[in-house]
Amino acid sequence: MSASINPDRLSPALRTEALEQLLTERGLVDPAVMDKFISTYENDVGPLNGAKVVAKAWTDPEYRARLLAEGTSAIKELGFAGPQGEHIVVLENTDTVHHVVTCTLCSCYPWPVLGLPPGWYKDPAYRARIVREPRAVLAEMGLTLPDDVEVKVWDSSSEVRYLVLPLRPEGTEDASEEELAGHVTRDMMVGVAR
Amino acid sequence: MTSPVLEIDGPAAPPRDNGELVFAEPWESRAFGLAVTLHDAGSFTWDDFRDHLVARIADWERSHPEGECYSYYRCWLDALESVVAERGLVGADEVADRAGALAQRPAGHDHEHAEGHGHGHGHGH
Repeated sequence: MSASINPDRLSPALRTEALEQLLTERGLVDPAVMDKFISTYENDVGPLNGAKVVAKAWTDPEYRARLLAEGTSAIKELGFAGPQGEHIVVLENTDTVHHVVTCTLCSCYPWPVLGLPPGWYKDPAYRARIVREPRAVLAEMGLTLPDDVEVKVWDSSSEVRYLVLPLRPEGTEDASEEELAGHVTRDMMVGVAR
Repeated sequence: MTSPVLEIDGPAAPPRDNGELVFAEPWESRAFGLAVTLHDAGSFTWDDFRDHLVARIADWERSHPEGECYSYYRCWLDALESVVAERGLVGADEVADRAGALAQRPAGHDHEHAEGHGHGHGHGH
């Protein structure tokens, strides 16, 4: 490094800019491709994708069966695939079982169906505590579960990403698939809401 | 739009980021984009990158300056720098040298470089 530069001034913004310049100059990164990736994850890929998957599973029993048996291919049927979606396992909530997802080692997350993870999902406290005391953490996040509901915590691995299939809300028997998708939130699909 | 991939408005459009910024600062989106683009181009496997990321996060959790807030994308950037160095693509000293040179630009350079660098939102957070 240049002797005159105080290392403290090398902010992450400067380091990132430097890295981008060097990688671009060496032909290792195509700026147009990179801009497209960023724009896609900033604007196009998000929990709405997962909501559409859930709504279809709520209205189409055959799709639901496929989704639970082979999540990745059933999700791909709706056109959602890509990085961090190579192996998605769908976890079915029931009246007596509630699933919640974390990634204790880093912050793996099923990008094609949920987009990029929110701040709390990446937080060291959530990642450590949801495993040790899931009921307490869920209660702090606004979800108090009855004692007769079993809580299962799933830790994402290097291969597997998880998506929770929430319970269909009561009183939505007449709702269309599109209307149902509007009931599905990101937090329900991670398992911190029900 | 003739064939919208996503419905922007209407009943089936929950907030796509549920009300949160996907990236808190512009550099975070660039660091994200670099890793995804390099992986897409075959420069490294995602497992490679993830191993570095897991190690950097563990390092931070084991020890960090008192009062420093956790930053996922700072760990992400550290992991990216180490994986590209390990692969012989860009050395850590090269990044530091270039960043040092960039730091010496006169004030106001941001305005000239604003286009295409994700500036324009996220400032002030």
